[in-house]
Amino acid sequence: MPLLDRSGLKAETFARAENLSDAAGDVIVPWANVQAVLEAGAGNHRLGVDIPNNISIDEILPLVDRLDLISVPFPSFSDGRGFSLAKQLRDRGYRGVLRAQGKLITDQFAYALACGFDEVEPADEVFARQPVEQWLAALTRITNVYQRGYDGAANILDQRRAARAAKAAQVESKEASHV
Amino acid sequence: MYRYDEFDERFVRERVAQFRDQVARRLDGSLSDDEFKPLRLKNGVYLQLHAYMLRIAVPYGTLASRQLRQLALIADRYDRGYGHFTTRQNMQFNWPKLRDVPDILGLLADVEMHCIQTSGNCIRNVTADHFAGVAADELEDPRPTAELIRQWSSLHPEFSYLPRKFKIAVTGAEHDRAAVKVHDIGLRILKHPQTGEIGYEVIVGGGLGRTPLIGKVVRDFLPKDELLAYLEAAMRVYNLEGRRDNKYKARVKILVHEIGVEEFRKRVEEEYAKLNGPSINADPAEVERIAAYFAPPTYEKLPGDSKAYAAQRATNAAFAQWADASVFKHRIPGYAALTISLKTIGEAPGDITSAQMRAVADLAEKYSFDELRVTHMQNVVLPHVKQSDLFAIWNALREAGLAEANVGLVTDIIACPGLDYCALATARSIPIAQAIAKRFQDQQRQRDIGPLGIKISGCINACGHHHVGNIGILGLEKNGVENYQITLGGDATENAAIGDRLGPGIDADEVPDAIERLVDVYLNQRLKDEPFIDTVRRVGVAPFKDAFLAKDSSKTEEAEHAVA
Repeated sequence: MPLLDRSGLKAETFARAENLSDAAGDVIVPWANVQAVLEAGAGNHRLGVDIPNNISIDEILPLVDRLDLISVPFPSFSDGRGFSLAKQLRDRGYRGVLRAQGKLITDQFAYALACGFDEVEPADEVFARQPVEQWLAALTRITNVYQRGYDGAANILDQRRAARAAKAAQVESKEASHV
Repeated sequence: MYRYDEFDERFVRERVAQFRDQVARRLDGSLSDDEFKPLRLKNGVYLQLHAYMLRIAVPYGTLASRQLRQLALIADRYDRGYGHFTTRQNMQFNWPKLRDVPDILGLLADVEMHCIQTSGNCIRNVTADHFAGVAADELEDPRPTAELIRQWSSLHPEFSYLPRKFKIAVTGAEHDRAAVKVHDIGLRILKHPQTGEIGYEVIVGGGLGRTPLIGKVVRDFLPKDELLAYLEAAMRVYNLEGRRDNKYKARVKILVHEIGVEEFRKRVEEEYAKLNGPSINADPAEVERIAAYFAPPTYEKLPGDSKAYAAQRATNAAFAQWADASVFKHRIPGYAALTISLKTIGEAPGDITSAQMRAVADLAEKYSFDELRVTHMQNVVLPHVKQSDLFAIWNALREAGLAEANVGLVTDIIACPGLDYCALATARSIPIAQAIAKRFQDQQRQRDIGPLGIKISGCINACGHHHVGNIGILGLEKNGVENYQITLGGDATENAAIGDRLGPGIDADEVPDAIERLVDVYLNQRLKDEPFIDTVRRVGVAPFKDAFLAKDSSKTEEAEHAVA
């Protein structure tokens, strides 16, 4: 399956496998197996996990320091749980790679990045219709957003605040120069 | 009223271009029909029975004259010369062509309007008390809060693919005219009982549809500057835990109902405790910036009661009767808030022609500081008119065919578009409203009956809010025939109540008789000056039920006679 981030297509270095012994390099294992894999020790493997999207963040948090990648599924583009999971993982301190995998569409790319995803692994069927150029173009549509505390596009509230501060400083310096 | 700054302007223009591109990608096959559908819905474009329908946001129901004139232009150029005001204070056009929609959006952006999130599984157009800034019982104007939420919820990265639609309403008054208890989230602005600080009571999980429920208080007091972070916590809990297995159980009311309000509150508070509030909330200067746009207009100093108005009333009974129905007391002496009925007998409730839009826009410009409101009752308000101008306004409205003296009365009926337009509808609504209005059109009789809200929905989704109608009518389909269920005792105010069903459904042509029987019970039972809903509360549903079923028993008797 293709893999892309905010600068375009990127090489896949992870392979999905039931267990570490099934693959050579970086491995994404199912959520059900991750505990056992961690107990056995990941060795030289970079370790990722496929989580279900109905999981509670509290189940994942104890493991996040030992995970290099968390892949969050989008079973359909209309199922937005993955956005909240990503936001929670980032807010609660996960610093590894965060991947959105599944039936996302290009119009959701900016949302995914804003919620903390680094990369998207779109379904082949979707990618066949929506090539990488469309994914990148989708990021240029909306320059500024209204929400604070999300990544990506500059937020309008902070820009308004900065403009107010600049204006106030200007007035102050004008007053100072008059004195 | 609010004016766009450079950021708002650019945002809306970019959204138009984005939608134009989405349409192009649908046409070239990049987007499947399934993928395009929610994208167009989030821009207010529905595919209806006969054509596309475009729903335009009128945030918290506030409009300027130039905006209403632009809607008139769109109605003439791209539709059939009329529009329809909805129960969410929005405007719908029923006949636009999909290929014209991007151009219509451009025309809307020219007057600081849009269709963003008027449909789809996202946070919808935020509604507010239509007498905001007018009513004497108001603690604080709810519109700055509604505007803040409008901006915050627009293209929200996390909450644009919710389990289901999400509706927020705000009131700042004691008397609830915004139906906050039947919204996904209702916000009531209040003063902290001890500190006097301004904040919100947060009500979650109200709603109509096939499972009508009254919202529950999840936060007694939320400090005003914590609003956005708290909403983020509440929306996150819903986004993660709201049901996605069944469309009909996906609203937040079902989640609150299934896990209980205590558990829901606990989950929201737990999430809220983990958030970094200051990194999410709008700073007070931003809230002040928005609030400044809603500063009161420069009123003239007038005597409390206009002598000219009193004299005109005294000499013209028709004018006085119209004014009695249409005028709402303004907090400023000598002023009035005027409701213009869009319920002319025989017309479709909420419909307004382009000529009428222009006439109303002219009146707003001339007499009401250029400002208009759309009500969830599907009427239009001139919020700040001088009492002494009412007579001139009445004359102008008569010329425009908009002087029906029925605001709040039995013929001021709320009705969804129903099977005449809507793809979801199971029965017609508009002809039922028209038939009832005709039956009760006698002016004297309407006034004698007094305040009585009839609400009609053409399907279980309840866009006509029938559950909270004093008399509610739900149109269903039974064996290929339209069938109407009647409920009694609903109320959308601070005394929110869901109506009780009176019995089995009836045929369309039996509805006016049934309503008449209910009204007769009320007239026989009421105490002096007691409004319909109060009589229902006092005497209970039973006598009304008997009267409603009386028709059925006579039918049964006939049937028995026939057998005998």
